[in-house]
Amino acid sequence: MTARSIAEAFGRRRREERSALIPYVTAGHPLPGHTAEILGGLAGAGADVIELGVPFSDPLADGPTIQRSSFRALQGGTTVHTVLDEVRAFRSGSDVPVVLFSYLNPLVRYGIDAFLADALAAGAQGLLVTDLPLGADPELEERIRTSDLDFIRLVAPTTNVERVARIAASSSGFLYYISRTGVTGARATLRESLAEEVREVRRASSIPVAVGFGISTPEQAAAVASLADGVVVGSALVRTLEEEGLEAGAVFVAALRRAMDGG
Amino acid sequence: MTVATETTRGSGRFGSFGGRYVPETLVHALDELEAAYAAATSDPVFTAELDGLLADFVGRPTPLQRAPRLGDAAGHPAVYLKREDLNHTGAHKINNTLGQALLARRMGKRRIIAETGAGQHGVATATACALFDMECVVYMGQEDVERQALNVYRMELLGAEVRPVQSGTRTLKDATNEAIRDWVTNVESTHYIIGSVVGPDPFPRMVRDFQAVIGRETRAQILETEGRLPAAVVACVGGGSNAMGIFHAFVADREVDLVGVEAAGEGIDTGRHAASLAAGAPGVLHGSLSYLLQDADGQVAPAHSVSAGLDYPGVGPEHSFLKDTGRASYTSVTDAEALSAFHRLARLEGIIPALESAHAVAHVLRDGRRYEDRGPLVICLSGRGDKDVAHVARVEGLGPLI
Repeated sequence: MTARSIAEAFGRRRREERSALIPYVTAGHPLPGHTAEILGGLAGAGADVIELGVPFSDPLADGPTIQRSSFRALQGGTTVHTVLDEVRAFRSGSDVPVVLFSYLNPLVRYGIDAFLADALAAGAQGLLVTDLPLGADPELEERIRTSDLDFIRLVAPTTNVERVARIAASSSGFLYYISRTGVTGARATLRESLAEEVREVRRASSIPVAVGFGISTPEQAAAVASLADGVVVGSALVRTLEEEGLEAGAVFVAALRRAMDGG
Repeated sequence: MTVATETTRGSGRFGSFGGRYVPETLVHALDELEAAYAAATSDPVFTAELDGLLADFVGRPTPLQRAPRLGDAAGHPAVYLKREDLNHTGAHKINNTLGQALLARRMGKRRIIAETGAGQHGVATATACALFDMECVVYMGQEDVERQALNVYRMELLGAEVRPVQSGTRTLKDATNEAIRDWVTNVESTHYIIGSVVGPDPFPRMVRDFQAVIGRETRAQILETEGRLPAAVVACVGGGSNAMGIFHAFVADREVDLVGVEAAGEGIDTGRHAASLAAGAPGVLHGSLSYLLQDADGQVAPAHSVSAGLDYPGVGPEHSFLKDTGRASYTSVTDAEALSAFHRLARLEGIIPALESAHAVAHVLRDGRRYEDRGPLVICLSGRGDKDVAHVARVEGLGPLI
């Protein structure tokens, strides 16, 4: 199928005065060869954009849940090639946009230009590189920015306002605001200052702002949906898939969607 | 002639190597650190305090000692040892941890974290934190916790908390991942004292600068004793901080060979080694671009060395630059050669070297005669071997000593 663009996915929700729901899963986890099926379930349960993690041996921005999922995915034989195969299989039956979420080294090893071309051909819409902050490698960043994939970038609580604006200007699709300093992983509470911080980031950004890191329950998702254009849920979903099986992922995402839509 | 090793491609680049490939959360902390470091190094109060500590607390300058019996064994008439093993805490690591701890105090950060492999950097960090009354947490791979039990206890005696790391290969690489995760989480209160010339800018150049005292002293000492520069300076390379420390003062002296010795483990062709420069390819790990042991899919490959301090799949970016420009050359020695050198230096000179440093000694024993006609040879004896005695006894089948 032809995928919807990320802008359109956010636009549809915005017109409904609702927030986009962006679930994250690690490709190849919990079992190799089931990722396209899992993504199909998430799309059917109300995901607007899907983040698909490319597993890496040294996920230094991730907490225990995503570390474990990456380790298992690699043990199961997951590679950048098999991740793109899964995207292709998912795309044959769904128009929900996919953002590939990766550390830099596997992409550099694959060849960045080849990766950008192959990811696009497989049916991905966006790319987020955890360890490529603005200004780290201008030439490489420019090649991603000028590709036909949206370049999703992170903004942290430690990022100053002037830099937020520059990051937003060099991004497309949406801006990903990290809800707290730290690694990925479910947390019991959200920080009180989050609302004000998200307001500031949205003021500095002309593209939608999604919030992630630590959002793990339908209640938290609903609370963040009232602040931001999108809500990312990762570790809690990865753990659900691991502990309760493939179908449980879609059930969890449907519960998040219901809570975000007001009941 | 001065040889510039930092180019204009961006701050902290060595040619194309180095850089700052980190999660966004750390960008501000690295900017802050870069500014604080620049301010500190131009502040005479800071440099005087550090120099005073290096003299009174560490015991610098360390001797440059002639080693005639080692020279005879190597077939070279003038082999010298730079005795970093005589530093307080038993290795060169303290040069860097005192510098960074002073810098952290200046930045108002009272909590320190570090990674450690063999435990030498962990001990040196714990020591600096005890001296400055700072909180100290050291991450150490579970495998290293087991093979370096003595250093774990030393860190605890000094008041540090040692956190064993169970993820990945459970060695130095994974301890570094865990330290970075802690830093991302507690960045506002915490300074991360990286133990080698690795990591994102400004760490590689900052650690090199704190270690450069080794080469400055060596250069003055050899000119004083021999009246000329050495034919070669030889140092072991894991991350590469003792090597960058002794190389730096000699980079502009084109006639001096700079020789780094990597750990070939069980042999490069077995795949069980830690020779990133010999057998790796450029890649990104722990915030910088450098030679890296990795597979065809860009996953980091596990390293192996009998020496925990060299058991690391990456290497400092400046070494990658010195390799590619040909200014330094890199060779490797196996576990067996290093173990043999460990014994021979003990018998020949009455010095038990760290297993890491034994790699540099092994290279000179093997290839020292090549330099016979060209002038003296200097080996950086980066640490003492007390920490390795029990491990070597176990490896050699003598069973557990402690």
